[in-house]
Amino acid sequence: MNLQELAGEVVRLALNEGATDAECTISEGEEFSASVRMGEVESLKEAGARGAGVRVLKGKRSGSAYTSDLSRDGIARMVSSALELAAITSEDPHAGLPEASELGMIDGDLELYCDDVAQLETPFKIEQARQAEKAALDFDRRIANSEGASFDSHAGARYFANSREFSASYRTSSCSMSAVPVASDGENMERDYWFSVARSYSRLEEPDYIGRKAAERALRRLGARKVPTQRVPVVFEPRTARSMLDHIFEAVSGDSIYRKASFLTDKIGEQVAAVQLTVIDDGTIPGLFGTSPFDDEGVPSRRTVVIERGVLKSYLLNSYTARKLGLKTTGNAARGLSGNAGIGHGNLFIANGAQKPQDILRSIKQGLYVTELIGFGVNIVTGDYSRGAVGLWIENGELAYPVSEVTIAGNLGEMLKGIEAVGSDLEFRGSVAAPTLMIREMTVSGH
Amino acid sequence: MNVRRPVPLAGECYPQSMGLQDSFFGQKFGITERDLERYLGEALSAGGDYADLYFEYVATSSISIDESIIKSANQGVSLGVGVRVISGERTGYAYSDDLSPEKIMHAARVAAHIASGPAKIDKIGLEEKQGRNLYPVVTAPTDTDLKERAALVERADRAARAYDARIFQVQAAYADSLRHVLVAASDGSISHDRQPLARLSVAVLAKANGGTPQRGYSGGGGRIALEYFQTGRTPEFFAQEAARQAVMQLAAVEAPAGEMTVVLGPGWPGILLHEAVGHGLEADFNRKGVSAFSNRIGQQVASPLCTVVDDGTIHNRRGSLNMDDEGNVTQRNVLIENGVLRGYLQDKLSSRILGSASTGSGRRESYQHIPMPRMTNTFMLPGESEPGDIIRSVPRGLYCSNFGGGQVDITSGNFVFSASESYLIEDGKLTRPVRGATLIGNGPEALKYVSMVGNDLKLDEGIGICGKEGQSVPVGVGIPTIKVDKMTVGGTA
Repeated sequence: MNLQELAGEVVRLALNEGATDAECTISEGEEFSASVRMGEVESLKEAGARGAGVRVLKGKRSGSAYTSDLSRDGIARMVSSALELAAITSEDPHAGLPEASELGMIDGDLELYCDDVAQLETPFKIEQARQAEKAALDFDRRIANSEGASFDSHAGARYFANSREFSASYRTSSCSMSAVPVASDGENMERDYWFSVARSYSRLEEPDYIGRKAAERALRRLGARKVPTQRVPVVFEPRTARSMLDHIFEAVSGDSIYRKASFLTDKIGEQVAAVQLTVIDDGTIPGLFGTSPFDDEGVPSRRTVVIERGVLKSYLLNSYTARKLGLKTTGNAARGLSGNAGIGHGNLFIANGAQKPQDILRSIKQGLYVTELIGFGVNIVTGDYSRGAVGLWIENGELAYPVSEVTIAGNLGEMLKGIEAVGSDLEFRGSVAAPTLMIREMTVSGH
Repeated sequence: MNVRRPVPLAGECYPQSMGLQDSFFGQKFGITERDLERYLGEALSAGGDYADLYFEYVATSSISIDESIIKSANQGVSLGVGVRVISGERTGYAYSDDLSPEKIMHAARVAAHIASGPAKIDKIGLEEKQGRNLYPVVTAPTDTDLKERAALVERADRAARAYDARIFQVQAAYADSLRHVLVAASDGSISHDRQPLARLSVAVLAKANGGTPQRGYSGGGGRIALEYFQTGRTPEFFAQEAARQAVMQLAAVEAPAGEMTVVLGPGWPGILLHEAVGHGLEADFNRKGVSAFSNRIGQQVASPLCTVVDDGTIHNRRGSLNMDDEGNVTQRNVLIENGVLRGYLQDKLSSRILGSASTGSGRRESYQHIPMPRMTNTFMLPGESEPGDIIRSVPRGLYCSNFGGGQVDITSGNFVFSASESYLIEDGKLTRPVRGATLIGNGPEALKYVSMVGNDLKLDEGIGICGKEGQSVPVGVGIPTIKVDKMTVGGTA
């Protein structure tokens, strides 16, 4: 029995044993990872694994189970385990599966799987990582150490079937390369990284580029100072601007909305951000990491405008949160192998603005250009925002000197409204992407 | 030392040591010493210096309540074996989710390919290590009646709602796991362990008329029996604590910005140590010379009032282990003694390369992961000050009693941790509660400003998860009340 048939079999078994509805997810994957440090192979990893999960409904009660044992016995145990749990959960009037009419998938080649990844030989992958690290080490004599470079690849498939006659699967491949050099000026050390990730090797950046870019980033952090506490404009480079989308995503997720646990609750149709800001979630763009033919409960992926010119247009929903809110699913269900579906995003991005990043900087007399953020000080309920930041000080429109050991703070609601400029440098590197963003004013806390 | 112990244990009669054939993997999968020797032989067939096998079987369950409805319950099993081969400083790793001899032999061959040249070891004699049991839980929570476990989240839901009319959302989640591991290594050791773990957490939202909702969160657990939650740290305890925080937060004002004196309360604020020093002392970063603490053994990195340990041997704690995930016995490791840096946390690879003794710190998330040096329970030993005197000594500052997460940049040493409950200190007294804010500092510098250490060491309730290079493991932290003369607070006021 192939895994697609097995998924259908799990659903039948669950129905036979008394479930009124069931859905089954099976995944298989193979991973490869090579890491190199100071020119020598540090580790090589190669393996594959499979797993299955089931969610059953008995009327309005649900239960879930998963297993890595896909033998007949293992599967039977998993199904009875899920049914056993459905007996201890409560009736939830909104529990269920999507309507049959909502199920389906996008046709055509989404370019999620490419043969060229599987064809890469181990020595070649090691050599790529070695080259990326070498490019970083050769870039400048102050790059004398490294945390290494790595080349990873992955191939897998996801199979899904439910009791409303949906049964489908898709394959994915990916490869990625990264370098993490350490710069030192004799007194202090700084590290930074650069990476590239793609579904096809042909779309991966060159090792030399990755190494050089990582080295430049580590070097420009050397000699960082703390600055005095003050309120100034803050510019997020694309790599850190992406984090704003993580917060927006959490704030528009159906789960946060129905619990009223988001600062964007009940704000559909309202101006929640500056007109410069448009946020789109699109799970249909071929070849990208947020793309899939259907979401994790069998609803076709789609394009949803979340914020248009600052106005909140849509939440991101699965079928459960849609029923809770009296809305329609937006095809954003996400889960591992089992359990009730949560919310995920497709390719979530901020639409390109009109200004070149250099022009944005030029408009600022004093401010902070943020190149890295650390910590978890963001409260989606209130919007309170306070994170550790690393970056460069902006003086009279130019990047003047590196800054570290400071925090930036504000409130997400005010920060979104305070977006003064959106750059024209949008580029996808993973499933969340943003151009350069400038926020009119935040508190930078230093000495 | 005020280490909290879970109240009644269901007897201390789990066998301290048993043979492979009586072990979980011997019984359930018929694995024999001969099998293990054969797999290790294959792993070393291409000339590795060292090999080990890590068998893992994990059963998990979780139950959660939301809007007073038990909406989800999930259980499952995962099983597999990881094969590691070390040759010089190189590691080869492969795993299988199938314990059939052919699949394990295949994984061993793949891992072996890292090494080259003729095999260095032709016969491996395996010997069992003597065990001890820090968590003698007869019936693991995973093996108890599901209804009893479901009752915990229902009790939490009711208690949080009953605490205050302003509580309008309650989510409670219970999760447990029972992990069986068997480690066999080419150095001749076989070790196995049975590791129960459970936690209960409560998240609430409170709202006053027309105002912004505020969060509260609490939780705890450990390597304990289910009775811990029924008669010790009850659902009501955690629910009331979460509700108290949310209601208190309704009156909070903006957090201050800039450098100031910070007093950390006892317990979970020990996350400071985890971020500021713990990660920076993991041997992998130090042997590579990429940690802000590299080559600083013997140097003063904290005030003489600070002694920091990482102790994996405390009974029933979430971060404790009888053995680490490489089969080494865990121990109490002194990281900083009276302010002087004493040692690093070692895994087998680092201790081989550095020629140091094991510290029992090699951990991994699962059989699919390569072990690395990690923390267990990291805390500061108590000092002599009365907590009340510490607060009274501060004319103006911030008192932080609860935190969310933290993060560190190992190389620069800069770390952050986010306060979720804090109060202004004005003229030696706690005055107004303030909203969440991130605190930032530099590892080798921050603890030099510790000027008072309280006599009230407390370990956290047992909810910590530490992430490193994509691997998550359960950990604990702890600290007495301490005063830090200078730290940057990232508020807005």
